[in-house]
Amino acid sequence: MPIVVKRPRLTLAEKCYFPALMKGLRITLGHAIRILQRKKKVTMQYPEVKWDDNLPEHYRGAPALVTDEHDRERCVSCQLCEFICPPRAIKIVPEEIPPGDEWQKVEKRPESFDIDMLRCIYCGMCQEVCPEQAIFLRKDYAITGVSREEMIHDKQKLYEIGGKREGLINKWNKLK
Amino acid sequence: MAVSKKSSEDLVNVQVDGHWIRVPKGTRMIEACKQAAAEVPHYCYHPKLTSPGNCRMCLVEMGMPPRPTPGEEAELDAEGHAKINWMPRPVIACANTVAEGMGIRTQSLLAKECRQGVMEFLLINHPLDCPICDQAGECTLQEYSVEHGNGQSRFLESKVKKPKNVDIGPRIRLDDERCVLCSRCVRFSKEVVDDDVLGFVDRGSHNTLAVHPDRKLENNYSLNTVDICPVGALTSNDFRFKMRVWFMRETKSLCTGCARGCNTLIGSREGKIYRQGPRENNKVNSAWMCDSGRMEYHRLEDPARLTDPMIKRGRTHNVVDWTEAICRAAKDLSRFKGDELAIIASGGMTNEELYLTRTLAESLEAGVVDVVKRSGSGDDYLSHSDKNPNVNGARKILKLRSPGSRLKLIHAGIAEGKIKALLVLGEDLLDIGFSEEELGGLKCMVLVHMIANPTAKMSTVVLPGAGYAEKRGSMINATGRLQRLNKAIDSPGLSREDWEILQGLNRAVDGKDEVTELVDVFGEMTSAVSIFKGLSFAGIGDLGVDVMDTGESVPLLEREAKRVRDGLIVG
Repeated sequence: MPIVVKRPRLTLAEKCYFPALMKGLRITLGHAIRILQRKKKVTMQYPEVKWDDNLPEHYRGAPALVTDEHDRERCVSCQLCEFICPPRAIKIVPEEIPPGDEWQKVEKRPESFDIDMLRCIYCGMCQEVCPEQAIFLRKDYAITGVSREEMIHDKQKLYEIGGKREGLINKWNKLK
Repeated sequence: MAVSKKSSEDLVNVQVDGHWIRVPKGTRMIEACKQAAAEVPHYCYHPKLTSPGNCRMCLVEMGMPPRPTPGEEAELDAEGHAKINWMPRPVIACANTVAEGMGIRTQSLLAKECRQGVMEFLLINHPLDCPICDQAGECTLQEYSVEHGNGQSRFLESKVKKPKNVDIGPRIRLDDERCVLCSRCVRFSKEVVDDDVLGFVDRGSHNTLAVHPDRKLENNYSLNTVDICPVGALTSNDFRFKMRVWFMRETKSLCTGCARGCNTLIGSREGKIYRQGPRENNKVNSAWMCDSGRMEYHRLEDPARLTDPMIKRGRTHNVVDWTEAICRAAKDLSRFKGDELAIIASGGMTNEELYLTRTLAESLEAGVVDVVKRSGSGDDYLSHSDKNPNVNGARKILKLRSPGSRLKLIHAGIAEGKIKALLVLGEDLLDIGFSEEELGGLKCMVLVHMIANPTAKMSTVVLPGAGYAEKRGSMINATGRLQRLNKAIDSPGLSREDWEILQGLNRAVDGKDEVTELVDVFGEMTSAVSIFKGLSFAGIGDLGVDVMDTGESVPLLEREAKRVRDGLIVG
């Protein structure tokens, strides 16, 4: 069933659009005057000047892996982020933690963990799905490189970006 | 007891969730529910094993018609069935059999509360291991927890600690904290493979699965316990931490480790196989398969896999394209006729490949065609002493009375200098009694194989073939059952499925260009080979069809049939 939208009846002022034109010019002129009076800045000199300090708390930048206060790598390579990742940017190869390791009871860790930043769409699904609080989206947004290989963040790079994060749930503590 | 009009000798009327169905007498309640499409959750019950009824997950509400006093008529409902008096207590559906007029409620409040209660008890000591557990994704504890469990745990005390990561056998790792004590593995070891090494020790919430202190779970069927484990307590060392199950694509195929032809499921992802397990077929392998068969897929990961067709020039092999390689092979082989040419095929080839070998042998007029015999040690369960998966196919298609007996003629022919050319299909001649000096005397040797073996080094033309999981085809097992092999992954590099190579050789030799699909090869074979008459490739189905009577039986299946007759298992 089609919906019939009635065409509005315009007044004479609306039909000749001149008042609307003047309204627009007034706004533009107001801005121009304020800039000339140095009351307002509209251009930021990026990259010399950055907006980073004003980024909101929920800003989603590059994903990174974190270690906790015990220096344990939190990722256990369950591969849920690899599964959920919409652009398939994540590739994980799991391995068993060898006997004798301090965290042997965790049993599993990533042998390699690659995120292809050319594919990543910064959606944050990996952070949301992670059952171990191991992957977080940081505020880094200027990810650049001169080759495709450089744009693939490997495990070492991911821990470098992610750093240490404290106060997370300590699921694999020694008492458990 | 009030007997309703509809019952007959061997069928009884049962009401499942309000619907009346008729099932054979002696059917377990859980199976009757399954037939009525009412799934009853369970852990310990397995149709191939006895039912101890220890997990209590399959509790359902049950009722029976009341027994009328003498002279009293049974009260009937509108459909003519006796009224059901529901029992106040639940019963387990796995170990009880149905009776005439019985009522089962799987979705009643009582049944639901029972499941919720059992789930809560199972989960109080269960670790939060799912992110590292290989069973995650195919774990019934996970599934039922979502379906029947509580959202949160009410258990505030500390969990019971049990041994983790226990080495109980060469191929299996045990995690006791994950175990739900269903005893499937214990019963499998005891009842199916007669290797009673597993058992429960300690009591109460410290009850633990353990292996006999002086022994290991190391029989050749041990990995079946991993399959039937409903949780991640038993995991396979081979598959451990390799790949999460939800990534894998499963392909229905066959094991080619021996002549049994166990039906398998191959789990692969992005061109790599991660595991191979049994697929139920009650005419071949029941629900089991041997450990050595499971490891068969590792042969495809050989670092010496051939990826390109090659022609020997002087002392080195040069990579060429397929057209050149096939033409060269056909040209070389056509130069020799009759007794000058012999073909050594393999009992590991599919029927289609064998048929194309036969047509090739006919157009090349090859003097001798034979396959290589490969026997090993079999056992009293599934493993067969004939390690070739398709010798019966070779018998029928290549018309061999006793396969392997004509290799002597080939040895003699080469020694006399009569045989000058050899076409070798899927075999390593130096491994089966031929010597380098012997083969050095040949004018031409064409090899179709997947691995760069010593024979490949001596061959004039090397054509890279595919492994068993990289091709389609059909095979006939030891009991004469025709079954289908399916392609799980692509073969590496430029290598091709063997039937394509043979078809290429056929075309190059006789110039005909008719058959294009594997299905067409099978179609052609149905008119040329009598046992395939009236069959089609699609008609073989997932479970296969019996095409010949070899007089052989499967010892494991016979014992299983006896246990079914005795009423011990459902089967």
